[in-house]
Amino acid sequence: MMEPGLYQLLFISIALFFIGVYGFFTRRNLITMLMSVELVLNSVNLNFIAFNKYLWPGKMDGLFFTVFVIAIAAAEAAVAIAIIINLYRSHQSIDVENAEELKY
Amino acid sequence: MKGATIIFYLLAALTLVCGVLSVTTRQIFRAAIYLLFSLIGIAGLYFWMDYQFIAAVQIVVYVGGIVVLIIFSIFLTQQAGEKLPKQKLGRKIFSALAVFCAFALAMLQLYQHTFYETAEEPVPATVANIGHRMLSVKEGGYALPFEVVSILLLAALIGCIVIALRSKPETT
Repeated sequence: MMEPGLYQLLFISIALFFIGVYGFFTRRNLITMLMSVELVLNSVNLNFIAFNKYLWPGKMDGLFFTVFVIAIAAAEAAVAIAIIINLYRSHQSIDVENAEELKY
Repeated sequence: MKGATIIFYLLAALTLVCGVLSVTTRQIFRAAIYLLFSLIGIAGLYFWMDYQFIAAVQIVVYVGGIVVLIIFSIFLTQQAGEKLPKQKLGRKIFSALAVFCAFALAMLQLYQHTFYETAEEPVPATVANIGHRMLSVKEGGYALPFEVVSILLLAALIGCIVIALRSKPETT
């Protein structure tokens, strides 16, 4: 077994990214699609932190990018869930196949 | 083998296995719980890399905020004990194929590339350092993005209230 380093962290990040993309392709429920997007965003955060730690330890830019990505992801999740609940009130379903119109 | 190596691979396995289960399980509540454990695994990886502040933010915002929000919205929109409908086999196969090809391509690129480390003095990521950099307006400071993000959060807050308000007269 190899000593963990940058390549192992990048492997985890890439694998998690494509797990999220697979979920986004196959899921048809809006909440599970939102979960897949969260996985993708987390893989990006892991990437930033790994590069910051192993390639540029004298800077903190990756760390700040991660903080801002987390803040924006929280805002995105809140707005998405507000839209999903509103959609459920009007259509009684949160399947993407039923959400064809933007306004009714 | 050192203890840190074992912990790293355990955290990696937790993150990836829970991630896979989260996108493949057919019970939506279980998907949310697997997502929670996957996020905890990532927070553990941040702890492993000595970024305690980011790990704490990850646990507070993701595990304590977003996953709880997702679980509440599941309670509001889903009938209890109902499974998600089965997906078409063709869609699953083609998605898995596309994702696997892209993954193989990315891994190929990763292992052909060599990264060069910069010989800089490491800056410890303590909370004091982070606070000084975040509110500094000098070169390399992050005061402007900090303010922009606060405006964005305010806009998102107002947007959520507006979206939630508008449908109320229509449903009653």
